[in-house]
Amino acid sequence: MKEIALHILDIAQNSIRAGADEIRISLGESVAADMLTLVVADNGKGMDQESCRKATDPFFTSRKTRRVGLGLPLLQMNASLSGGRMTIESEPGRGTTVTATFRYSHVDRPPLGDVSGTIALLIISNPGINIIYTHRCEGKEWNISTDAICSELGGDAITDLSIVSPLREIINENVAEVRNFQPAYDKY
Amino acid sequence: MEKLKSLADLKRIREEAKEKLELRVRGDNPEGLVQVKVAMATCGIASGAKPIMDFFVEELDKRGIGAVVTQTGCMGYCYAEPTVEVQLPGQEPVVYGFVDRKKADDIIEKYIKNGELVDGIIPVNYEKID
Repeated sequence: MKEIALHILDIAQNSIRAGADEIRISLGESVAADMLTLVVADNGKGMDQESCRKATDPFFTSRKTRRVGLGLPLLQMNASLSGGRMTIESEPGRGTTVTATFRYSHVDRPPLGDVSGTIALLIISNPGINIIYTHRCEGKEWNISTDAICSELGGDAITDLSIVSPLREIINENVAEVRNFQPAYDKY
Repeated sequence: MEKLKSLADLKRIREEAKEKLELRVRGDNPEGLVQVKVAMATCGIASGAKPIMDFFVEELDKRGIGAVVTQTGCMGYCYAEPTVEVQLPGQEPVVYGFVDRKKADDIIEKYIKNGELVDGIIPVNYEKID
């Protein structure tokens, strides 16, 4: 996992498998506080304390297809390597919230990557789930959600492949405005 | 090209695209569409499934093929990622392993358009993931 965007795609997959119908994804950037915060919160089936504790063990998984589960351990590793940490809060029946922090200026902090494309893909490939993405930067924020798109375009639009690239562009434009700055190493 | 900024812009773009869409032969029900499922668990993502999914989304739309592109989880074929499951209308799904852009292009041109099988099929001994 070399980009924050890929971690988002990966962690969101856990929420999808947990049967969530709402996933809130947020990225908060603050150069002033030297912090990047990623939150993926869902209202899926949640985990008991035991599973929650074991979730960061690479050799623990709830799946039967294979014996390893690397998504959360990799995110935890990237967060710790760049001076941050990852926490999981979960309650059976209520959902799970994964929060990862990174030191923004840390040399090992993964670049953001194609976050707008990732959000667009998540939205069109999961029509039954309300995906809410919020981007925050130094007190400014912008958000987009499956529900907002459905109410503007009609529900059948959501799986239409032709909306992906304009949707990506809309997310790009708005996020760029919220960001105010564009570090050269971050492809957005 | 002017910049896209709001959902209203998206709506306008889609209305324009719809006129083109009318010309395409596509069923009204999802069963009439080609279903493409890209495996997007940690193993898939780490081996580059996202650019492959981008490719399918972009190219199927560009080449005027009525399709639904979704993600699935890991099917236990981590060694063969990125894997892609393709189901033509009324047929059994076929899973392709080690899909790169070249293979993805072959899948669209040969399998999806002409029903001609492409190298790299993973034999059907798996249980479908919903």
